[in-house]
Amino acid sequence: MANFLSSIRFSDPYFSVLLMLVIGVGMSVAFVLLSQALGPKRYDRVKYSVYECGVDPLTTASVRVSVKFYLLAILFILFDLETAFLYPWAVLFRQLGWFGFLEMLVFLLILLAGLIYAWKKGALEWQ
Amino acid sequence: MNAPLFDIGVSVARIAVFFAFVFGLVVIMTWVERKGAAYMQDRRGPNRARILGMTLGGIFHPLADALKFLFKEDFIPDSAHRLFYQMAPMFALAPAILTIAIIPFGPPVTVAGRQIPLQIADLNVGILYLFAVSGMAVYGVVLAGWSSNSKYPLLGGLRSSAQMISYEVSMGLSIVGILMVFSSVQLSEIARGQGELLFGILPKWGVFVQPLGFILFLVAQYAEANRTPFDLPEGESELVAGYHTEYGSFKFSMFMMAEYLHMVVGAAVVATLFFGGWQFPYLGDAGFLFPGGAAVAVPAWAVLLLRIGSFVAKTLFFAWLYVWVRWTIPRFRYDQVMRLGWKVMLPLALLNIFVTGLVLLLIDRGGV
Amino acid sequence: MEPILFILFGAIAVAGSIMVVTRKHPMASALYLILTLFAVAALFVLRQAHFLAAIQVIVYAGAVVVLFIFVIMLINVPENKLPVERLTALRFLGVAAAGLLILEGAVLARKTTMPGGTAADSGSVQAVGRALFTDYLLAFEITSVLLLAAVIGAIALAKKKI
Repeated sequence: MANFLSSIRFSDPYFSVLLMLVIGVGMSVAFVLLSQALGPKRYDRVKYSVYECGVDPLTTASVRVSVKFYLLAILFILFDLETAFLYPWAVLFRQLGWFGFLEMLVFLLILLAGLIYAWKKGALEWQ
Repeated sequence: MNAPLFDIGVSVARIAVFFAFVFGLVVIMTWVERKGAAYMQDRRGPNRARILGMTLGGIFHPLADALKFLFKEDFIPDSAHRLFYQMAPMFALAPAILTIAIIPFGPPVTVAGRQIPLQIADLNVGILYLFAVSGMAVYGVVLAGWSSNSKYPLLGGLRSSAQMISYEVSMGLSIVGILMVFSSVQLSEIARGQGELLFGILPKWGVFVQPLGFILFLVAQYAEANRTPFDLPEGESELVAGYHTEYGSFKFSMFMMAEYLHMVVGAAVVATLFFGGWQFPYLGDAGFLFPGGAAVAVPAWAVLLLRIGSFVAKTLFFAWLYVWVRWTIPRFRYDQVMRLGWKVMLPLALLNIFVTGLVLLLIDRGGV
Repeated sequence: MEPILFILFGAIAVAGSIMVVTRKHPMASALYLILTLFAVAALFVLRQAHFLAAIQVIVYAGAVVVLFIFVIMLINVPENKLPVERLTALRFLGVAAAGLLILEGAVLARKTTMPGGTAADSGSVQAVGRALFTDYLLAFEITSVLLLAAVIGAIALAKKKI
């Protein structure tokens, strides 16, 4: 047992993250279960129907969503990846010097072309 | 002393203390929000809940709220996707709890010959952990909106998630400048770096070296947390309550808890990145050292207390700022929000990186 | 401890990915995909690839799955109208392909020696950045062209409806 314990690096901050994960997920699940267990349950058809300004729902919510959200998510992935590349670059920036600066400038200019294209095509317009 | 047990003890103790602090602040913030709103609108606000005849300005209201939420009917609409409906509040709350791990409350302290960071997890990926975890919050919103199978939550959830991912981009880009200046992604390193002086007078706080980055980050944070002036996903006049329209009992309360956790952690992160974190102006390890050359010796325990106190004070101010802004600035229209995010904040953030890079190179390399 | 955690997260990753392909409702598949991606990120952390783990969660779990979920909502098929796949031949092919892939992995694992990679900072932000901006510079720059193509492609696909 002592041997097993000493093989773990408990001082590793990721161990604390694991503990936090257990606490966070545990608390979330516990709250939902607790609220289910403690509250009263009195069924009523009208009460258990979804909200629609006091009348019976006219149509279901199975509406299709605008394609704009899809485009937005694509743009989001693009810029998320871009930032993912920017972080290591930013940390090393003072070592890389002018060369690193030009490297990133080329990278960003190409991506900027994508943003400008989306902008001109109206993918960023919301009415 | 047994080393593994010592490490486990440290880990558990840190989690217990910091978790209790942040959760306590969350509870108090719900009261501050209501009381603050009341005073700004010239009324009294919550003042009825009492324990043993004491009201203490309504400070017991959060407790009353929590108990009441717990004993309310747990409601699942007939047409909802039951499992997903139950999971949405978990997806909202769990990431919010995880973000607490990253806040540095003070400088590392030495206990029994070991350096212990006053931070639940001093990760080497630092701020990336915060973005990774808080990026999960969008699923709570999307799932809540979709699984309710009702029109208002669906539209509210979509709007909200689209807004969150849009501002996540600006938020990620706005701190690149800070990372460039301090050459680290670790919050503890960034906080330490801000102890230096600029031109021998000004503390080297993030806000002084990255003013534009600070404004962009603050705005993006308000949008991420769905706070006014960006709270239109729950614009009462058009979408009832937004993505959590169909939620009641403690599940509703979990969404609220997540929102306040994001506020408190957000305030702490702004304080750390842009206002020196635990740094107290002109306070070194041995005491005050003013620009004029005057020095005041301060014992080590007082230095530690001053630093932690300085961090808490900054966090409280930025938490209060959320409330202040909420009752001061009116809500945006949705197209304005999206235009601000993509057409103003994003280009400005890129410009900020470009200018920061140029200035840093000119300083570091002395001309070309 | 490390082997125990490795087996735990590995099992979660495998179980999660099996659930992704077997669930009937696409939303359930998407959520299991998040679980799988998290488990893989945990495996990266165990191998000291901390930066990779963070990026895995930010980009895949935080952005790519958001796109999937938006598409699921975009199409929004009611639960009783979800298509039932009857192509059993394709399923057998899929299982066979998966078997081949596992076999290939096993052969490769036996032939190549895994790099140690457990040095304290081999997976840190600085180490990855240093490799990326010197040795793999060309690949890095080409990535931007790939991303640009993705944006133009997406807009071209959705153009008629904007």
